[in-house]
Amino acid sequence: MAEILFFIFAAVAVGAAVGVVVSRSPVASLLFMVTTLASTAGIFVLLEAHFLAALQIMVYAGAIMVLFLFVIMLLNLGHEYQRDIRGNVAVIMGFAVTGLMGGLLVRQLGGGTAGLETNLGPGDAIDAALLEYGAVGAIARPLFTDYVVPFELTGILLLVAIVGALVLAKKAS
Amino acid sequence: MLAESLVVAGMIFVVGTLGVIVRRNVIIMFLCIELQLNAVNLTFVAFSRYVGIEGQVFVFFVIAVAAAEAAVGLAIIISIFRHYETVDVSNFNLLKW
Repeated sequence: MAEILFFIFAAVAVGAAVGVVVSRSPVASLLFMVTTLASTAGIFVLLEAHFLAALQIMVYAGAIMVLFLFVIMLLNLGHEYQRDIRGNVAVIMGFAVTGLMGGLLVRQLGGGTAGLETNLGPGDAIDAALLEYGAVGAIARPLFTDYVVPFELTGILLLVAIVGALVLAKKAS
Repeated sequence: MLAESLVVAGMIFVVGTLGVIVRRNVIIMFLCIELQLNAVNLTFVAFSRYVGIEGQVFVFFVIAVAAAEAAVGLAIIISIFRHYETVDVSNFNLLKW
């Protein structure tokens, strides 16, 4: 059952990712992106990352993508259907670079996926923490003990980003 | 499910890279960068089952940084659009305007 769900989510995620790249309208790209993010959230659930799945839906698909949609509407690009693919040289270069990347990934994964899981051991490294503290507690515990300084720095980063975005987007007077 | 997740993440990452290189609409390029971040998140989550909960903590940070990046990047796009009246990156060929 989990495998079937995984393959459905994976197919939808990859297909919608292709849709992001090939669709002409920015709004359609955005909706494909939301589909990819939602399917990835489904995969997160199957990989026992329930809190991150909720976070992905609420923050990524809910907030960040709506921010993109706001900008598309603000700049009035929703009905802009002109072709914006680069020239032939750039397209060939793009396929060469991504083909190289994909080939390297296939080469890395093709040889040793069986060995990968035997080397890493059984996939139960987080099961005990999930059982003891719950889905949120298991991630909150390291976040507020070992990683509390990066966590606070994230708050400062978000503050800086808000102020920077306001300064950049403000009309020059 | 680790190997399958890595394959899916690699495919999404490669598609995102292709989008950044091939498209000229700056908003779609930006979306493709988010696609790449998402692929990396998937890799982190897939490995966290084998290595420890820290992988999920890192995904939390990546999502926070992606939010900050989206806010600043979209502000820059709005600022550029005010000047050039376009979102086509081939028109953004001056460092100073």
